[in-house]
Amino acid sequence: MRDVYVIGAGITKFGELWERSFRDIGIEAGIKAINDAGISGADIDALYIGNMSAGAFINQEHVASLIADYVGLAQTSHIPAIRVEAAGASGAVAFREAFLSIASGMHDVVVVGGAEKMTDIGDEMANAITAMAIDQEWETVFGATYASLHAMMARAHMERYGTSREQLAMVSVINHRHGALNPNAQFQREISVETVLKSGYVAEPLRVFDMCPLSDGAAALVLASEVVAKKHGNAVKIMGIGQSSDTISLHDRKDITTMDASVHAAKRAYEMAGIKPEDVDVAEVYDSSTISEIIAIEDLGFFEKGKGGKAAEDEKIALGGDIPVNTSGGLKARGHPIGATGVAQIVEIVQQLRGEAGKRQVNGAEIGLAHAIGGTGGTAVVSILGVKE
Amino acid sequence: MNMPRFWREIQGRYNLIGSRCGNCGEYFFPKRDICPKCHRKSVGKMETVKFSGRGRIISYSIVHDPHPEYKDMRPYIMAIIELEEGPRLTAQVVDCSPEEVKTGMEVEATFRKLAEDGKEGVIFYGYKFRPLRK
Repeated sequence: MRDVYVIGAGITKFGELWERSFRDIGIEAGIKAINDAGISGADIDALYIGNMSAGAFINQEHVASLIADYVGLAQTSHIPAIRVEAAGASGAVAFREAFLSIASGMHDVVVVGGAEKMTDIGDEMANAITAMAIDQEWETVFGATYASLHAMMARAHMERYGTSREQLAMVSVINHRHGALNPNAQFQREISVETVLKSGYVAEPLRVFDMCPLSDGAAALVLASEVVAKKHGNAVKIMGIGQSSDTISLHDRKDITTMDASVHAAKRAYEMAGIKPEDVDVAEVYDSSTISEIIAIEDLGFFEKGKGGKAAEDEKIALGGDIPVNTSGGLKARGHPIGATGVAQIVEIVQQLRGEAGKRQVNGAEIGLAHAIGGTGGTAVVSILGVKE
Repeated sequence: MNMPRFWREIQGRYNLIGSRCGNCGEYFFPKRDICPKCHRKSVGKMETVKFSGRGRIISYSIVHDPHPEYKDMRPYIMAIIELEEGPRLTAQVVDCSPEEVKTGMEVEATFRKLAEDGKEGVIFYGYKFRPLRK
């Protein structure tokens, strides 16, 4: 298997981008990544697009063809363009597929994009589409919402480990603090624990400020083989990558205070990279809710199971802490255009490892990790990147 | 959604019909054609079973912001319930106030209207759970 590097990264502003279309943002991210890599269209061998539900959000399927067309690569080089769907992990799975296409020797330069346009429709419909990532026949039909399933995980974690409501709120507080330092974040304002605890209930014990927003946005990366990357001064190596599955329904998992898919994906990624959790300098994890970040930092081995809430309370996951998590603001503050998220997380890690993260820079970061989830944990992808030789 | 989709799901949703693996004896809800533990050894050996409907609450949430079809019921209790035969499922808990519901509470299945697909659409029915009547 050949080594694979990231040689370019680009991202749009995330938020409610009413003046911009799906193709506008997809192309902006792609052009930024290509410019950053210093390559031209003729160098690109393939395009992978992470997208959850363009058909439902904007009535448009076949989006890989659409993006290939509007980045100007369909009529000239006729490159293969592939859309990948795995709910919230769509972008991360697209990244892994692109990695495999270079590692296998099939391609040398591949662009990975992630994009979602969620605000062309109303919130109710957007939430219903988001819930398509959970089991429609055996969860949603009985009245379950995405938030209510996270709420059940939160209650179980609170009852078993003593995780407090305030500790959950701290996850949101820290992510907003980080988002305030990110010019591309959807929310760039700090909040307090009281802001979270005074917001309305979505599904008890979770409140509005425990949940990530609906967002528009796109992100893109250029991946390259070692031969190409060596000519490039700013390459970041993909050290390890692991993907795992679990039951689509939350209720079929024997323990809802952990996501086995994360545990297994992390194990595969750490083994491939030859590192341990304590070697990670900066991480982007999947905080679609505050509880999902607490579960993630435990499952990834940063903290012992049950100690994630305390880690948030002690700000160990904040900038300046033991392991800064979600320096971008995470899904909560940077925003969560579903298909874009897995790619956006890696854009943040690449910027951190190159020392280009501005006010949110983790000094001396050499190894970074990105963790994405589909649904309530039916898919997980863990990617480890590094600049250490 | 169209009628055939509802018809297909009626057995499980109305009658709590699931499967038991003839190879290892494990119970599953809803029905499965392959046992995740026995894989190929279970093919052709999955038996159809009806569950008792008794179980206990593993975790729960009070839903305040439901999907549109469920708005009339809010706030309502959603729970993960472990049936006494072993499988778990997601269902509403009714005949019980948000203040009364507890993790570990014993419950039993009851047949109810779940929701309707708009004013002119299909009305769908299925199980909800209520505190066990002893």
